[in-house]
Amino acid sequence: MNALISTALSGVVLMFVGLFVRNKQHIKFFAIAAILIAFIANLAQYPSVELGGYVMYGMIEVTKFGVIFNAVALGATLLYFLLSGSEFEKVGEHVGDYFALIFFILAGITLASSFSNLLMLFLAIEIMSIPQYILAGADKKSLKSNEASLKYFLMGSFSTGILLMGITLIYGAAGTFDLSGLGVGAGSVHPLALCGIILIVFALSFKVSAAPFHFWTPDVYDGSPTVFTSFMSTIVKAGAFVAFLRMFHTSFAGGSISQHWTLILSIITAVTLVIGNFSAVFQQSVKRMLAYSSIAQAGFMLFAVVAMNNLGGQGIVLYAAAYSIATIGVFAVLMKLKDYTFEGFNGLARKQPLLAAAVAVFMFSLAGIPVTAGFFAKYFVLSAAIQHGHLLWLVIIAILCAAISVYYYFRVIIAMYFKTGEPEVEPVSGGFKAALILTIALVLVLGLFPNLLLCWI
Amino acid sequence: MLTVLLILIPFIAGLIAFGLKGSGPKVLGIISSLATVVISIGTWCTFRTTPDSLNFVADWIPQLGSQFRVGLDGMAVMLCLLTAVGFLLIFITIYSRNYENPGSFYGLMLLAQAGLMGVFTAYDALLFYVFWELALIPVYFLCSMWGGEKRIAVTFKFFIYTFLGSLLMMVGIIYLYFQTPDHSFSWTTFSSLPLVPEQQKWLFWVFFIAFAIKMPVFPFHTWQPDTYEQSPTPVTMILSGLMVKMGLFGLIRWCLLLVPQGVGMWADVAIVLCIIGIIYASAIAMVQNDLKRLIAYSSIAHIGLMCAAIFADNEQSLQGALVQMFNHGINIIGLWIIVDAIQQRLGVKNMDQLGGIARKAPRMAIFFVIICLANIGLPLTNGFIGEFLMFSGLFQYNHWFMAFAGLGIILSAVYTLGMIQKVIFGESNDLTETTTDLQPGETLALSLIVMMILVLGVYPKPMLDLVSSTTEVFNKVF
Repeated sequence: MNALISTALSGVVLMFVGLFVRNKQHIKFFAIAAILIAFIANLAQYPSVELGGYVMYGMIEVTKFGVIFNAVALGATLLYFLLSGSEFEKVGEHVGDYFALIFFILAGITLASSFSNLLMLFLAIEIMSIPQYILAGADKKSLKSNEASLKYFLMGSFSTGILLMGITLIYGAAGTFDLSGLGVGAGSVHPLALCGIILIVFALSFKVSAAPFHFWTPDVYDGSPTVFTSFMSTIVKAGAFVAFLRMFHTSFAGGSISQHWTLILSIITAVTLVIGNFSAVFQQSVKRMLAYSSIAQAGFMLFAVVAMNNLGGQGIVLYAAAYSIATIGVFAVLMKLKDYTFEGFNGLARKQPLLAAAVAVFMFSLAGIPVTAGFFAKYFVLSAAIQHGHLLWLVIIAILCAAISVYYYFRVIIAMYFKTGEPEVEPVSGGFKAALILTIALVLVLGLFPNLLLCWI
Repeated sequence: MLTVLLILIPFIAGLIAFGLKGSGPKVLGIISSLATVVISIGTWCTFRTTPDSLNFVADWIPQLGSQFRVGLDGMAVMLCLLTAVGFLLIFITIYSRNYENPGSFYGLMLLAQAGLMGVFTAYDALLFYVFWELALIPVYFLCSMWGGEKRIAVTFKFFIYTFLGSLLMMVGIIYLYFQTPDHSFSWTTFSSLPLVPEQQKWLFWVFFIAFAIKMPVFPFHTWQPDTYEQSPTPVTMILSGLMVKMGLFGLIRWCLLLVPQGVGMWADVAIVLCIIGIIYASAIAMVQNDLKRLIAYSSIAHIGLMCAAIFADNEQSLQGALVQMFNHGINIIGLWIIVDAIQQRLGVKNMDQLGGIARKAPRMAIFFVIICLANIGLPLTNGFIGEFLMFSGLFQYNHWFMAFAGLGIILSAVYTLGMIQKVIFGESNDLTETTTDLQPGETLALSLIVMMILVLGVYPKPMLDLVSSTTEVFNKVF
């Protein structure tokens, strides 16, 4: 609750700060301070929910899980600001607005982790989406950015419509918007509810870019200004996932209803894994490869939703943290390069050893190699699926795909370390290096001791 | 505590080496590997008196029930000793060489050693998996940065291949984890799980494929000759002398006892694969012209025999395989040292360009012949005792298997003697006239190896005693 209030307020304040403060550096510092306050305010709420959550007017339910997830999202955003905050000014004039929009998205994410009413779900998803349409088109002079924005907006509106339709149908079947009172899990399944659930699965699959609803992803992520792609493909996606998880675990788990959507969702998961990984293999641009990799990683996160158990819940928090931190780090380095193709990375290890080492660690993490956070993230989602018992076929597909993913992640490492070249790198400040070292340390610490994060849930 | 030191010393030395320049890393490498040898001999002595004091447990991830649990049994003591000695030999051999970027080179070598030690000592499945991967990453970088011209593609294939195997193993580990009553990864719990035959039937394969890729066993061997050929020779020594032992070790520790009935069901299939591998690899080795590839294929054949012996389901063959793991490690490192010495001096490794080296470099020739004979398994060399035990065990299991595997020995004699003849005897040519004899470092390393070959060939009892504690455990299982 604290997180929601502080992010929403910060967003509004930042909009006006942009009017009065001309120095863009100051705006950035202000944003960093605001996110720090939100982070602390959010954690301050932890003691009060430690023994159980509480519900606000039947709309919002603050739980331990929600608070920890918010902490991960806000902490990752803090890292994002530290690493890429100075890139904001390169996009356009209105730096204050961009920061404000990011804060609004965060407000949506904090809502997504704690809604207890279908209307709030709808609000959360919309608050997350609309600022993204603007951010995707922030580079007004670039045709690709405009295309990305329009495409995202059109596709996004459709999926919003589908989500709303699904909510309506469920309301028709259950007679209430309240998550705990839906009761569709018990007894026989009302056909209306079934249609509603399927529509919601489709809409949320679109939001998390699961195949076959992923077609917008590569173009939007590729066309948007890189600094915003970094945010959209990580933290926002994790936010959509937590909404997905909350929705299905509280309302549709158990009973005969879960059989219906589990099958559909596991097929979506398999397709997402296969399409994401195979398409990523053929990319020539690292930015586009990361777009497809985000689809592939979404496939792994879907495991947590399909498996419907505690391990899945822990898994999604760890996965969100591991994936977001690593991808934000890679994007931060990518923005320092002139050339976004794989060849652009050739010989980076000689020229900028720290940047290369950082990218190598992040790639290891994304590929799920031990001693990085990504390993335990994959471990948890896979074990959630194995514990579920009936998803072994999906686990086998996931493993084959994980092996494929090594191919495209390691292409970057090969380019940096084993090939020679003269990459064009922008000058790197000491602060950036410090933030990068902090990020590497986080990835390694979470890879060695995931319980530092998990012991809170 | 000694066990932890085995991992910690190379690990810390490796991290420090990254920051050193000039000849600093070399000296550090020698010091660290000497210290590791001393410690591993210390563990051997401790093992004879108070084996329990070698175990060490600390909390790692309490939520998962995973612990930092390391310990040593006879087999592990032997393999740690092999790893320690192997690295010392490698570092002595390459002391006079200068590698580009020595800090990273030695750092990665030492990290690989730490990973190997971890694999051999881990008694917690998750920890084992982590070390299993950790040993691979430095080797991947070593091959890709200092290897031959096709190195990038070849080592990439090697990495993805082994990574896929490891992931399969991880599924097996997670599955077993959920079967444990107290949700733990401890080896003791894993090995006492009451699994029904249906479970063991498929669990066997997820573990076996992971280990078979590492060894490698036919048909999972395709990465191996290319990787051995393209890697810088010190790394090839690590790969063929030490890392393949990870596969055999994993098979014994993490497969045989975990899914004994699964092993029983599939042992014949596995042995047939091994025997196909032995004959196939030997046949290819006979027609090889490239020295490195020849030794690579001969290694497939030898490993195939050890793997078959492990599946042969009796104490004798298992004991033979264990002793042979040590001896094969020593011998093949010796062979690579000589191949490397030739390649360094003459710049070629094709046998038709060589010949008549004996006259120019007599010391090298003597060492080469002795090591080759040990590799064939001639009596009085260390190779003999292991092969004898393995064949006698295989014979008790199934006569036909023994007969076909025995073909491998004959073929091995054919290609090894052929190699000796082509490389060091015969007419010398313009190129080989320029050969110089071994340098002090190489001589020292090779003399140590030849000493071990002869001593263990005449008096193998210490090794047999060391591994007997491991084989006894298995005797109760079968």
